[in-house]
Amino acid sequence: MKTETDTEKSIEIDREKANFHYDVDYKHDAGRGLTEDTIDYISNIKGEDIWVRDFRKKALKVFNRKEMPTHWASQDLDSIKFDEIRYYLSAGQAPKRSWDDVPDEMKETFERLGIPEKERNFLAGVEAQFDSEAAYSNVKDAVSEQGVIFVNSSEGLAEHADIFRKWFGKVIPTGDNKFSALNSAVFSGGSFIYVPPGVKVKHPLQAYFRINAEQFGQFERTLIIVDEGAELTYMEGCTAPKFETSTLHSAVVELVAMKDAKIQYITVQNWSANVFNLVTKRGMAHEGAEVRWIDCNIGSRLTMKYPGVVMKGEGARGEVISIALANDGQHQDTGAKMIHAANNTSSNVVSKSISVGEGRSTYRGHVHIPKHLKGCKNNTECDALLINPRSKTDTYPAITVRGNQHATQHEASVSQVSEEQIFYMKQRGLSEAEAMSLSVNGFVNDLVREFPMEYSVELKRLIDLEMEGSVG
Amino acid sequence: MSSLEITNLSASINDTEILKGLTLSVPKGEVHAIMGPNGSGKSTLAKVMAGHEDYNVTSGDVLLNGTSLLDMEVDERSREGLFLAFQYPAEIPGVSNANFLRAARQARLPEGEEIDAVAFYKELYSKMDQLGMDRKFTGRSVNEGFSGGEKKRNEVLQMMILEPSYAVLDETDSGLDIDALKIVAEGVNAMRSPDRGFLVITHYQRLLDYIVPDYVHVLSDGQIIRSGSKELALELEEKGYDWLTEKQLNKT
Repeated sequence: MKTETDTEKSIEIDREKANFHYDVDYKHDAGRGLTEDTIDYISNIKGEDIWVRDFRKKALKVFNRKEMPTHWASQDLDSIKFDEIRYYLSAGQAPKRSWDDVPDEMKETFERLGIPEKERNFLAGVEAQFDSEAAYSNVKDAVSEQGVIFVNSSEGLAEHADIFRKWFGKVIPTGDNKFSALNSAVFSGGSFIYVPPGVKVKHPLQAYFRINAEQFGQFERTLIIVDEGAELTYMEGCTAPKFETSTLHSAVVELVAMKDAKIQYITVQNWSANVFNLVTKRGMAHEGAEVRWIDCNIGSRLTMKYPGVVMKGEGARGEVISIALANDGQHQDTGAKMIHAANNTSSNVVSKSISVGEGRSTYRGHVHIPKHLKGCKNNTECDALLINPRSKTDTYPAITVRGNQHATQHEASVSQVSEEQIFYMKQRGLSEAEAMSLSVNGFVNDLVREFPMEYSVELKRLIDLEMEGSVG
Repeated sequence: MSSLEITNLSASINDTEILKGLTLSVPKGEVHAIMGPNGSGKSTLAKVMAGHEDYNVTSGDVLLNGTSLLDMEVDERSREGLFLAFQYPAEIPGVSNANFLRAARQARLPEGEEIDAVAFYKELYSKMDQLGMDRKFTGRSVNEGFSGGEKKRNEVLQMMILEPSYAVLDETDSGLDIDALKIVAEGVNAMRSPDRGFLVITHYQRLLDYIVPDYVHVLSDGQIIRSGSKELALELEEKGYDWLTEKQLNKT
C-alpha cells in the first residue's frame, strides 16, 4: 500500500493509461454498415478461400435472421447501431516478428500498455492486435521448435487448414447466438493455436486486443487446440480509448482439449465505458481433459459473457473462475455454462461480482447433467458485493440435474462493505478509499490468487482505481 | 501540551443527547479508568473521540496534545495518535492481519517512503510472541472467525504495532476468561510509558486488578459524577453504582 498522495499520483497516470488513441491512416476500411459487400471486401483483402467466404456469407444470413436476445437480456442491446459501425479497419500492416518493424503509432500504443516488457519478462509468445489485424506476432524459438503453432485466424485457415478447419465453428456453431453469427460473418484477427501431443508449454502465450478507432467493431476469432496430454496457458488483455460513441467488441473463442490435455484461458479486460462487449467462449474437454476459464471483467458499458465447458469425455473437468466489477453506468452480465456429456465429469464455478455506484452485476449460470449419466459433480458458488446503496446485483443460476447418481452443490451470497468495517479500518489510519479498496480486494482475494503474479498485481491496481470514485 | 483534554463535551445520536457536558483530563503517562452503569455513555465517549459519524457533537472539544480532534476525519485522528480498542472489532474477510497492519503502518509514513518488510515482520512476530499468539495468525483474515478473546488480543497487538500517544480501551475485558485477561493486561502494561496515556473503559472492577489505574472516574447519564483514586473502583465493586447515582439524584 502506498501513501495517500502517492496513490493519487499513480492513479492519475493509470486512469489515463489506456485512454489514448492515434490518428491512423487506415488503408483498408470496409465503411459503415454490414452487407454482403462488406464481407466480400474483407474476404478480398484477406485473399480467402471460397469456403471461408461462403462460411461468412451464410453466417450473415443467420445474423440477420436472429432476434436480439432482449427477451431475457438487457434492453440496452437495442442501442447498438449496426449501420453505423465500421466492421473492418486496418493500416494494411502484416504482423511483424520484431517490435522494430511495427508501424510507429501501433508500436507506441503497445509500449504504453506495457506489452513488450511483459513479453520479455514472462511470456512464451505474444500477438498484438490493433483494430482488425495483428501488428505483431512472435513466438519464442524454443516454443515453435516444439511444434507449437501460434498465428492469427487468416493465417490459421489459409496455411494450416488441415489442423484448424476440423474444429473451426464446431465448438460454437455460427447459429449459437446472434453475436456468434455476427462474429462468424466478419471475424478478423484473433489467435489460432495448436499444441502437439505431450507438449507442455511452460510460459503463457498472450494476445492483446486493442481498439483504436471510433465507431468500430472488433471481431477477433480464436481457436485453440491442445492435443493429447499437452498443456497450455493462454492470456488475453483488452483495452480501448474512451469515445463518446459506442464501440462493439464481439469475439468467438473456441477451445479444444484432446484426451488428458489441459487448457487454462485467462482474461483481464479493462474496456472503456463505451464498449459493448458481447463474447461467446466455450471449450470442449475430451476424456480426462481439463478446461479452465479464469475471467476478469472490468469496464465496458455492457458485457455479456458466459464461458462454457462441454465435458465430452469420461472424467473431463471444467472450471470457471470469474471476477466482475460493475461501476456507474455499467452492466456486467456474466456467468458460466457447464454441460456434462460423459460419466464422472466434474465442474466448478466460482463467481464474485462487485457493484459500485449505480453499477449492476448479473450472474447467469447454466449447469446441465442429463439422466443417462452417472458420477457427475458440480459445485457453483456466486458471491456479490454491493458497495453503494444504489448498486445492483441479480443472480439466475439454472442447474438441471436428472438422475440420482450425481452430486451438486450451490451457494450464493450477497454482502455489503459495512460502515462499521470502514470505520474500524479508518480508526487504524487508513483513508476511506484505502479502506474500501482493501475490503474489496479482500473479497476477491482467493480468486485473484488464481491469476499469474504479474496479472494479480495489475488486477489489484485496477480494483483500487475503480474504488477511488466510490467513496465520499 | 502533552495531554488529552475533554472539555464540556456534549454529543447526541438521532437527537437523543448521550454525553452532557463531559469534562476530563488525562495527562501523558497516566492511566485513567472510566466506569459506569450500562447506558451511561461509556462507549459513546469512545466512539465520539474516534469520530464515528453516527454521533453529532453539539458542544465542547477534545484536544489531543493541544490539537482539536473534532474537525478531523477518523483516519486523521488515528494518525494524530489516537487509538481505539473496540468493544466489538469488525471482521474484514479476505484481508490478512499482516497486510492490514502493514497498510496501517504504511499510512503513517511520509510520501514516497516504503515500509521495511523484513523489519516489520520481525517486530510483528516479537509482539505476537509477547501476547502468546500463534504465527499462523498473520495469514488469517482480520478478526474473521476469531473467538472473543482472540479479537481482544488482536486489538492489543494492533495497539502495540501502531504505538499511539493515547489509547482508549472500550470494554476490553468483556468476553475474556481470566487467562486471556491477564495476557491482554500484560500487553497494555508493557505499553505504559511517560509518553503515553490510557483511558480504560470498563463496567467491572476486575480489569483494574491487572491494569492498575492512576485515577478512576464514574460516568453516569453523560457526565463524570465522581473521580477518585483506584480505591474508588473497589468501593464501586462493593456498593454498586446505585450508591453514587442516588447520591447524585439527592444532590439535584
